[in-house]
Amino acid sequence: MESTYVQEFKVIGGDFLRAGQVSTRIKSILKDIGINHSIVRRISICAYEAEMNVVMYAQRGKILFSMNPRKTHITVEDEGPGIEDIELAMREGYSTATSEMQEMGFGAGMGLPNIKKNADTFHISSVVGKGTKLQIGVMI
Amino acid sequence: MTLKQVTEILECTVLSGNDDLQMEVNTGCSSDLMSDVLAFSKPQCLLLTGLSNSQSVLTADVADVKAIIYVRGKRPDERTLELAKSKNIPILATQYVMFEACGKLYQAGLRGIGKIL
Repeated sequence: MESTYVQEFKVIGGDFLRAGQVSTRIKSILKDIGINHSIVRRISICAYEAEMNVVMYAQRGKILFSMNPRKTHITVEDEGPGIEDIELAMREGYSTATSEMQEMGFGAGMGLPNIKKNADTFHISSVVGKGTKLQIGVMI
Repeated sequence: MTLKQVTEILECTVLSGNDDLQMEVNTGCSSDLMSDVLAFSKPQCLLLTGLSNSQSVLTADVADVKAIIYVRGKRPDERTLELAKSKNIPILATQYVMFEACGKLYQAGLRGIGKIL
């Protein structure tokens, strides 16, 4: 059986001071074990965009990072407002960000499309009033 | 182009990474929107931005940006600067606005990624 590395991280909604720390942690884990640079970059971008979405829109969330010798998998699950129209949210440039979020450099409506672009597998599900779940896979 | 050349062209103040000025950057990327940097930058590029908070450094780290220049006189706070040092990302600052800063570097031979297709 293949060995799998698993680690769970908590993300707190609205905590802009710590926003991005989980993704940079995931990046250094991948770098330390010598994964190819361009793969590390793609996984890190997916993780960062997803983490920022939780910080910006949700009350709280968790990021489950797992990896085996063939692929990495990131599941991001949040408790938040959810997404009413996923198809619209996936469209480049569509955003419901506030001006405060845009002052942080985010909310350009590129997050979800950018995750999809960098991932090998991507699945999003959401329940309005409950939260959103992203499942992101990148082959190593 | 080396960071030293960049520093001379834009009359930069080096806020961190003084020992890394021989570092080469292969392309330039300019934006105040970090999602655009994540979506459209090339690894090992130079980032020009007016966004001087910690997200600019974290974005640079995640996207393999080699160095950051803060334009139009923007300066990061101490915490952001410390973060950049811990990630080994040189930080420069120029008084030029974004348009002039990009124009001067382009004129000196630095290129971007061209059109988005």
